[in-house]
Amino acid sequence: MNWQFFLEVLIGGLLAGVMYSLVALGFVLIYKASGVFNFAQGAMVFFAALTFVSLLERGVNFWVAFLITFGAMVLFAIATERVVLRPLVNQPPITLFMATIGLTFVLEGLSQLLWGSQPHGLELGIQDQPLEWISSAININISEFDLFAALVAGILVAVLALFFQKTRIGRALRAVADDHQAALAVGIPLQRIWVIVWTVAGFVALVSGLLWGARNGVQFALTFTALKALPVLILGGFESVAGAIVGGLIIGASEKLAEIYIPQFLNAPLTEAMGVGVNLAGLEAWFPYALALAFLLVRPEGLFGEKHIDRV
Amino acid sequence: MSGNRKIGEVILDLQGISLAFGGVKALQDISFDVREHEVRAIIGPNGAGKSSMLNVINGVYHPQQGAISFRGQKRHEMDTHAAAAQGIARTFQNIALFKGMSVLDNLMTGRNLKMKCNLLQQALYWGPARREELEQRKVIENVIDFLEIEHIRKTPVGRLPYGLQKRVELGRALAAEPILLLLDEPMAGMNAEEKQDMCRFILDVNDEFGTTIVLIEHDMGVVMDISDRVVVLDYGRKIADGTPDEIMRNQTVIDAYLGVAH
Amino acid sequence: MLYRDAGQFKDSYAADQQIFPIRQDRIGVTLILLFAFLVVPVIGNQYWLSAILIPFLIFALAAIGLNILTGYAGQLSLGTAAFMAVGGFAAYNFVLRVPGMPILVSFVLAGIMAALVGIVFGLPSLRIKGFYLAVATLAAQFFVVWALTKFGWFSNFSSSGVISAQTMRIFGYAFDTPVSKYLLVLSIVVLLALAAKNMVRSSAGRAWMAVRDMDVAAGVIGIRLMHAKLLAFAVSSFYCGVAGALYAYGYIGTVEPEAFNLELSFRVLFMIIIGGVGSILGSFLGAAFITLLPIFLNTYAEPFAHLMGLQLPAGMVSNLELIIFGGLIIFFLIVEPLGLARMWQIAKEKMRLWPFPH
Repeated sequence: MNWQFFLEVLIGGLLAGVMYSLVALGFVLIYKASGVFNFAQGAMVFFAALTFVSLLERGVNFWVAFLITFGAMVLFAIATERVVLRPLVNQPPITLFMATIGLTFVLEGLSQLLWGSQPHGLELGIQDQPLEWISSAININISEFDLFAALVAGILVAVLALFFQKTRIGRALRAVADDHQAALAVGIPLQRIWVIVWTVAGFVALVSGLLWGARNGVQFALTFTALKALPVLILGGFESVAGAIVGGLIIGASEKLAEIYIPQFLNAPLTEAMGVGVNLAGLEAWFPYALALAFLLVRPEGLFGEKHIDRV
Repeated sequence: MSGNRKIGEVILDLQGISLAFGGVKALQDISFDVREHEVRAIIGPNGAGKSSMLNVINGVYHPQQGAISFRGQKRHEMDTHAAAAQGIARTFQNIALFKGMSVLDNLMTGRNLKMKCNLLQQALYWGPARREELEQRKVIENVIDFLEIEHIRKTPVGRLPYGLQKRVELGRALAAEPILLLLDEPMAGMNAEEKQDMCRFILDVNDEFGTTIVLIEHDMGVVMDISDRVVVLDYGRKIADGTPDEIMRNQTVIDAYLGVAH
Repeated sequence: MLYRDAGQFKDSYAADQQIFPIRQDRIGVTLILLFAFLVVPVIGNQYWLSAILIPFLIFALAAIGLNILTGYAGQLSLGTAAFMAVGGFAAYNFVLRVPGMPILVSFVLAGIMAALVGIVFGLPSLRIKGFYLAVATLAAQFFVVWALTKFGWFSNFSSSGVISAQTMRIFGYAFDTPVSKYLLVLSIVVLLALAAKNMVRSSAGRAWMAVRDMDVAAGVIGIRLMHAKLLAFAVSSFYCGVAGALYAYGYIGTVEPEAFNLELSFRVLFMIIIGGVGSILGSFLGAAFITLLPIFLNTYAEPFAHLMGLQLPAGMVSNLELIIFGGLIIFFLIVEPLGLARMWQIAKEKMRLWPFPH
């Protein structure tokens, strides 16, 4: 067993997992603050990335484009609160979830309507190359880009965690997540809170979009990153920022490890057993979900989630 | 109180029931029995564990210690399905009706255990399934007549006022033709007139069908009027057990209700 | 005025329990069925039959399947397409490998295979609810598509898992014209829809709705939750499986696993949200809406744009479609969560009173 290769896969997986955590973070923010599972997070990532890249290609300066895109996310947050969240206040969570599915489609269509549907490349100035000094030192390849992404994600997470725990707004957000009506009753400005939260989630989506877009190109498949984040959320719990990190790391690592090692170990024995050529490549398409599912059966509320007690 | 029924042998016997949720001791070593055809009330201040007691009887909660004997069969814990199959039906404190269905459908669901046709027969409908539906409909209509809810039988339950919902919930429990009926605060939130109606229904059920009734109730007047025997709980323990007259004069009970430290 | 039910008294429970208790409804439905079976084959052109009516019927069937699981039993599922895929590929394999297999039997067997898969992926529902369950069905969706592509046996080792459905033959008669395919699909769908309606108004349906509305109370009444939930998964997947088989045999002919993707699952979900959850009629209405809307857009978007002096960029219509679908979902969830079926019910109520206001 090649340990160096194993470490490479593991570390690569962990770093990829950080990227998942970043997307999951957007979900956690919105869920923590409004009790809504925002299926449109992936579409937000796509929209942000596409807008940013299209502005860049039209010659707009990097930071100006960043600001403009952020402005667009703010507009989106305001519109969503006004048109979707306000009329549906106090509806059961499943209704809100389906509304965000509708939102996903609207955003996807809008993005492509505005900017077209060709894929774009995105250059952030950081290359997806192994870091020289690490490779030469311990003979393990770790991508410069992956490390950069992990760093950015780490900073973002730390800032957000502090924000929730220490500030007054953070406390208000937690109240809102628990009970909309009660929060309204104590005078918390629900609508403003929601706009703030969705804006912050929009910012997270923007950062995720930039990183993911630089890694995989800005294309429609970016919307599916939302789906990748689901297993992360199940593992980590929907309400925990820390859970999003840990969950992301676990999913990222296990996905990469499964992708490489399961076919390696099982292809031959299965081929022999079934008498036909078996190639288990590509199982990372469903492996994270199966893992999450297995986890759900044992611990339905996730690693860091809160247990729900039904009073009869 | 009706004097026509003959109160029979012990039909439900609870011995040493203890129930805890994590660190919270909901019930501690509770023992009492219920005789056939009687009306047994469980009373006590809020949080005494009365609802938990009912939940243990029909299997929603499983006690850590103790035994339940129903109709001669002794068990450590009850299973909800077994309870229903053996003739225990109940109502809930916060109405547990199926809000998306009509009154009629809610009552029919109460008779689910009596319906024997399999899925394919139901898909075909013509033949055994149809006959069964019509037979059960007849039984349900008797319950509807009894509870005087004919005029709302097609109404979705979610749209009914509170008092009627409580009556429909009683109907759903009665639809199963139970031997033991557990009622959790059947008159909570009702005005005087509705309470009288409910009392009348409960007594009629006990009279006409001989159904044994265990009920949790806060209204002392009602309890004194309609129960044969009363159990008093406080902080998860049994503090009195006897006829209404006996417990009314029991000092421990009076203290518990007045909040005297003990 | 016309839609009065005054004078239509029910003097037996049997009369009260009919599917269509009001005489005008019975007449209406009979007319629609007669029209569908007798008139449409004569006046319908190939395009309408093959590209509109047949997919509408097939999706209505899938929508009924999903409605049973999500609308009646309250178990959210995002894996509809996966169960359709199982049905399609199972039918193909039964016809391929069992000599002399009658096509209708293969459809039933395909449904049963899908039901078995449905039960397996429905097992998590015994412990998890709500959108956690949706994630489990997502696992099913991705896994099934992967497995059908990976294991060449399912597609008889063709490249990229494509299968070509064989011609449907019953007693030697080949169903290979649009009209014959339409009639076959119509018959199957009508029969299964009737069966579904019967199931949901019997104790199975009531048990499902009880589980959906309040499962603790359902358990207390004596309904076995495990049994009810797995039955819902099984029946629902059966319907989706048959729909999948019809999709391959009656509609597109050549199909690969990728065609049964997440987008298709969402489509069917949209059908029941817009059409009406918990309603057989709603499944038809939603399927009609979702099938017809893209065609409507395709036909009218161009002329409308020309009228306004605009030039439509390429691919605009499909993006418009996305926006309109998404917008409609949100609209229906806000305005009428019970969908078109409920709107139709309200319209009928108003018709009963018309021309009086109340």
